[in-house]
Amino acid sequence: MDKKVVIMPCSGIGKALGEVARQATYEVAEELRPEDVATACLARLMIDDPDTQALVKENLVITIDGCTADCARHNVESSGKQVDSALRVIDTLKAHRDLKPQGVLELGEPGLKLVHVLAERLAEEVDCLKRKE
Amino acid sequence: MVSLTPKVGIIPCNGEGICEGSLTRFACRKVLDKLRPDKTVTICLPLFIAGGKEERGFAKNFPTITVDGCDKRCAQISTEKLSGKPRCSIVVSDLLQQHGIEPPKSRRKLTEEDQAAIDVVAEEIAKNVDEILKNG
Repeated sequence: MDKKVVIMPCSGIGKALGEVARQATYEVAEELRPEDVATACLARLMIDDPDTQALVKENLVITIDGCTADCARHNVESSGKQVDSALRVIDTLKAHRDLKPQGVLELGEPGLKLVHVLAERLAEEVDCLKRKE
Repeated sequence: MVSLTPKVGIIPCNGEGICEGSLTRFACRKVLDKLRPDKTVTICLPLFIAGGKEERGFAKNFPTITVDGCDKRCAQISTEKLSGKPRCSIVVSDLLQQHGIEPPKSRRKLTEEDQAAIDVVAEEIAKNVDEILKNG
């Protein structure tokens, strides 16, 4: 059976880039690559939730972190799964400095454009992992 | 001598997989930004779990409220494991049921109708912040 690509965003609540990661994940999972992509609650790995652990262990995983603290990647890897790809929102923002989000959860027009750019980048990464599989 | 104003740490689960997880974010931000901005701070759960020293130190030394989307209680259990028992633990799915309010239908975008749910959860958090600070 084909493996899914599980995208795990950090969803940091203190900064807008966590929300950008989260919204981009939903755009890929629900619109751009719905057949190939799933997501799950990152915090469930901490409580050793068996369904979430199985999902990340049996599939390909991309983490998307808001900042350089790389919390999503660390949390997935501490569950025993080596991630297949790790991206950071800050890298996409550096390449599109005019797309700075306006609020933490209310991203505004520039932030929503950043979400879309990041979602396209994630979709490319999904395709790349699927080709290698 | 430095006087520290006591604050309450709010820890939402942020559950990406469920609509109630999105609700925890909006309700917590409402408390932090509008209802009790001088009395609360947020603790970023992914950073807390990943080993954030400031987050863990705060949760050990100050009262916390965990806000979970579902009864798996990831934020509550993680806080108990890493720092200590939260002073209050809210489960959004239970709270909405008590109030007869439908949970949001989308993880991605909360609608005008979901505002009632955000308000109920935010008011519950704010009420508990006040009680914790009053009782010390």
